[in-house]
This record gives sequence, structure tokens and C-alpha cells, in this order.
Amino acid sequence: MSRLERFKWSKNFGGFLVVMIGLSLWGASDSEWELEPMKPNLRDKDSLQRGLALYVNFCLGCHSLQYRRYERTAKDLGDIPKDLMLENVIFTGQPIGGYMKSSMSKDDAKNWFGAAPPDLTMVTRVRSPKWVYNFLKAFYVDDSRPFGVNNKVFPNVGMPHVLLPLQGFAVEDCFGYEAVDLLELEAILREKKLEGILTRTDRETAVAPIKPREIRKPNCPEITTIPETGLYNVEQFDQAAYDLANFLHYMGDPSREIRTSMGGYVIGFLVILAIFAYFLKREYWKDVPKSPPRVRKEHTSEL
Amino acid sequence: MSESLDNRGFVARSMTWINERFPWTPTMEKHASKYYAPKNFNVWYVFGVLAFVVLIIQLVTGLFLTMNYVPTAEGAFGSVEYAMHEVDLGWLIRYAHSTGASAFFVVIYLHMFRGFAYGSYRKPRELIWLIGMGIYLVLMAEGFFGYLLPWGNMSYWGAQVIVSLVGAVPIVGADLAEWVRGDFVLSGITLNRFFALHVFALPGVLVVLVFVHMVALHHVGSNNPDGIEIKKKKDEKGVPLDGIPFHPYYTVHDFFVVIVFLIIFCAVMFFAPEMFGYFIEKPNFEIANPIATPEHIAPVWYYTPFYAMLRAVTFPLFGLDAKFWGLVVMAGAILIPIALPWLDKSPVKSIRYKGRISKFMLGMLVISFIVLGYLGTIPPSSFGTATAQIATLVYFSYFVLMPWYTLREKTKPVPERVTGGH
Repeated sequence: MSRLERFKWSKNFGGFLVVMIGLSLWGASDSEWELEPMKPNLRDKDSLQRGLALYVNFCLGCHSLQYRRYERTAKDLGDIPKDLMLENVIFTGQPIGGYMKSSMSKDDAKNWFGAAPPDLTMVTRVRSPKWVYNFLKAFYVDDSRPFGVNNKVFPNVGMPHVLLPLQGFAVEDCFGYEAVDLLELEAILREKKLEGILTRTDRETAVAPIKPREIRKPNCPEITTIPETGLYNVEQFDQAAYDLANFLHYMGDPSREIRTSMGGYVIGFLVILAIFAYFLKREYWKDVPKSPPRVRKEHTSEL
Repeated sequence: MSESLDNRGFVARSMTWINERFPWTPTMEKHASKYYAPKNFNVWYVFGVLAFVVLIIQLVTGLFLTMNYVPTAEGAFGSVEYAMHEVDLGWLIRYAHSTGASAFFVVIYLHMFRGFAYGSYRKPRELIWLIGMGIYLVLMAEGFFGYLLPWGNMSYWGAQVIVSLVGAVPIVGADLAEWVRGDFVLSGITLNRFFALHVFALPGVLVVLVFVHMVALHHVGSNNPDGIEIKKKKDEKGVPLDGIPFHPYYTVHDFFVVIVFLIIFCAVMFFAPEMFGYFIEKPNFEIANPIATPEHIAPVWYYTPFYAMLRAVTFPLFGLDAKFWGLVVMAGAILIPIALPWLDKSPVKSIRYKGRISKFMLGMLVISFIVLGYLGTIPPSSFGTATAQIATLVYFSYFVLMPWYTLREKTKPVPERVTGGH
């Protein structure tokens, strides 16, 4: 397999390149940023409760959880008493049976951000808890963006870094430039053309003005938080991002815990029933005279 | 016997009363206690009854889903999530239905493979086969219409892609697509009609076809892995020598089989209902968005073999679009098994006694179907397209070349009586 062919398989890298030259053919979220592992833990009620607190303080202003009531959340997260919820969690004046909706109007949201911030009830099912965790940690200072920040996991996201007071300022660590191979670029463009997404004109306008030495991008493999600029240190902020992602993991499918425990009992019952059913079958089939065994004859033909 | 002199027990008297008015006992005997099935069924013979079990699961869970569902573009997604988040055991009903949809195709594909392998479509079972193909087509339509109903983004764009295929029909295509949608774009109107088809029209047709399928089967009797007719050898009472009454032998057998199936079904439903994005695709957790396509649109796994064939056609022909020919190839691939009873010229029914070419071709059919199924789930690439083109040819050659290779190859002698079994 040649080098070119190998790159045809490497969709993510291709997407990154094309984004870099401003074509944005792939979704903006398709970055090559390596995601750190994150293992959600729904038994950790402390983490889920901290996640809830962070969410209502930092996220709910814009991002609704419109398919979920406060009451159910309070119950699932360790029977949080009603008055505690009303005092510390529900800032919108809603009753405890209300849905967890942002109080920002859609029109305002469009004016302020260009698009209404999405509902996040199922964000971990559309993406993954790991993605949310890494996304929250991947903001960095970028003066070219309207909110002064950009995101490594979701490049050019139209969202301010809401957790900045907690995290502080994070900056890119860049080491020179990374060359981009023109041949690789060509291969990717050729493939896109084959799929009918890029027309010939697109390709020419995309490639023609770029001279080989210009096709390079800053090599910024890391971001670093500047110490003492936020309320939390790095470990505390990692924990906060984890708690939020963990909370949203719970939010995406609230039946998960009951589902797995109920599933164990149901399958246990069925296995026991299957054993009895098997012996019942065997008992009945004792009467059935056996057929002669199958004879596997070899083919004798010329074929 | 007059009723006043009847001194038998209450149940016996009740049965007499019913049988004088409705053929209860004769029906039970015809279809169960005196329906003689071959005693050498193997594991491939369980998928018919499993398909029936899944049908019941889908009808029951579908009923309860409908109670919580709002069939409008504004309400559909929210009502499904409402069931998932707020309705008691709503998640169970929904996951049972979504798992059931995939399970339906798993068992139907295996059931059909059984038919392919043991020649169950051969005389005298051609009509059973045709009715079965009818069930299969209705099932595909049922799955397609049902997939739009959650109104997730993959629902929307999947339906959009498939409906737009209709637009590839020459001349009338655009009008036809508009007629199917009931709108210029896929909209709430489309959702309403898909809902009506999914919960009312098609399940009705499905139930009737399944009933007819079984009536026809019980009329001619079941085939078996040896592909020989057990009715040819009967005892003095007219009972096939190699037959055993369906009840109790196969009822206790199937009871065990159904429980094993339910264990697998529950394992998926309780522990991996999304099946890693194959049973419920990730973008479907986002509400339908007519201006934002998912990064990669792929149908659910059970359509992907045919979707890959659709995409494999990349060249126009006779002045007509590649898309149109893709549609023709896809429809042809789905419909061609209908012709099987007349394509298979072999003197034997079962793959056990067919020659090497038949075995090879059946193996290749399975491999091409799996390869196509995989290719249909991934984004197109030039290598993938070339592979899909080869696999499509292999798929069709199983059918098109069948009259030739089933006649040419040398078969093995078929035994007089059934072999193997329990």
C-alpha cells in the first residue's frame, strides 16, 4: 500500500487538513486532538451532585436540559431534599416539577451567539462523555475568535469559555511549523472529488493559490494553563470537567443504572428457566426414535 | 349425546359445546397435535418461531409506544425522550422496540438463509416462499417508516436520502418524490403519513401475511435439512414415518429456544441497547435538523448491504443517471430471491446433497452480503466502491448463474429417510 493510499483511509487527518485550508468540508468537530480517556462512574453520587451544581451555575444559563425535570434529577442523584434543590439549584423560579430549561430566549440566543446553544440532555449520547470531558479542558486563548478563545476538540466553536474563572487562561504551546505534503493534500482532494463533493473548480481554487512552502501550519501539540489565573488548580479543574461530563453521562440515559441491575435479574431468571425448559424438552424427546446419522459422502465427480 | 344426559366433567362438556359451534379441536389438531413435522430439524429451523416471537414483541411494545408518541414534527422527538426520561418503564418499552427491530432482521435473514440452504422454496413450497418474500418486503418498509418516527437527525436524513432515490426515476421522479413526501421537503406531513403506515397499515398487512404463510406451510408440510418429503413414507394410519406431532415435541423444543433467544435479546436490550451505534445511531439523539446533515449518513445495519449496492453503481448508462441505475440494482437485489423457485434446477433440494459449485456459491453469497453490509456502514472510498462492485456481482451471480450451475454439477444421492437430528 503506497503512502497516498494510506492517507485515503486517514479521514480524520484529511478533515483537519481541509479545515486548515479553509474548505471546512468535514464537520468542525472532527479534529485530530487526541482525547484523554474518561471513565464515567454513575455510583459516584458526590461527583454527580458536584456536576449538577456546576451545570446549573455555569451551563444552564444557555444550555437547557429540557427533557428532564429537576425533581427526577434530585431523586436520582441521591434523594436531594426539595428545599435544598429550590435554594441551591433552581435559579429560574420554576417549581421542582419543572423541566430544566434555560431562561434565555431563543431570539436573544441567536442574536448573541449566531445560533441557539443546543440542548445538552443527550450530548453524551451524540458525542460521548469522554468527548465532553476533553472539550471542556480544550479551550485556549485565541485572539482571532470573537470570544477570544478557541477549542482544540471543537475547532472554531461559537461558545465563550464559560469555565474560564475556574480554569484560568490556557495557551497553546507551539514548536515551529509542521509541513503539509502537497501530494497528500492532492490525494485527499482527489478523493473528495470522486465522491462528487468537490467540483473541479473547487479543487483548482483550493490548490492553485497555495505554493508548497505556504502549506504548513503551526505545530501546537499542547495547551498549558497559566498558573494562578483561575480559582482552581489543574487537578481541581480536571475534576470539575470530569464531574460535569459524568453528570451529563447520567443525564443522557437516566435508566442506565436501573436498566443494568434489572437486566441482571431478568437474565438470571431466564437462565434458570432455560435449564428447566431444556430438561423438559429432553424428557419429551426421549420417545422420539433416533434417525440414522448423516453420512458424509465424498464427491466422486470430476468437478 | 344430549346435553342433559352428559355426565362428563365441566371442561369436556364445554369443549363439546364450543366444538359444535366453532372448529376448535380440529383446528388445534390440524396445526399442533396432529401436524407432523420432520423429526430431524436442526438449529436453522428455530428462526421462524423466533420471528413470530419478535413480531409479538413489536406489536405489544409498539402499542405502548404509540400511547406516548406525538406524531408531529414539533412533538415527536420530545415525546420519545419524554417516554425515555419520565414515563415509568418507558425506556424499557422503547429499547425493546428498537432492539426488536434489529432482532427481527437478524432472525429473518437467518430464516431466509435456511430457505436458501435447504431449498425450502422448491416445489411444493413456492407459494410459502413468495408469501415470505412479501413479508420481507413489508418488513423493510415497516422498518423504514418506523425509523423516521423518533424524528432524530439520522431519522430525518436517512429518510431524505431514500425518498430522494425515488426522484431518480426518469421523467416523473421529481413529482413522485413530492407525492411520497406530501411536501416539497421532508416535513411533518411526511412524518404523519409514515406514522399511519407504520402503526396501522403495514402491521395489519404483516399479520395477515404471516397468517397466510403459516396456513400454506401447514398445508404442504415443513421441509427439512435433507430436503426430502416426509409425506412420501407413511404408516398405516397415514402418519409420516419421520414426522412427530408439533405439539408437544416442537412446542417444548421451541419453548426452550425462545428462552435462549430472550436471554440474548435481553442482554442487548438491558446492557447495550444502542449496540455501539448499530441499532440506534448516535446522530439520532439530536432532533431532526433540515439544515445540518450528520457527518456521515448511513442507514441502519439491516439495509446496509443494499445501500452499498446502490452506491456501487457510479456510472451513468443509456443517458440515465448513475443514481437511477443504483436504484435499479438495489431493487433488483432485494427482489431477485423471488425468482429462486424457478432458478434452482437441481435434482436435489438440500445443500447437503448439492454439488460443490452450489456450496461455493452459497458461501460466496453470504460473504458478499456481509462485506456489502459492512461497506454500507462506512463512508465511501474508491477502494470501498471497487469492493462493493465486485461483491454486487458476486451477489447477483448466485442467482443469475443458478440455472446453469445447479444443472451442471454432480449431486450426491439423497437418502430415503431423514438423517441426523436430535
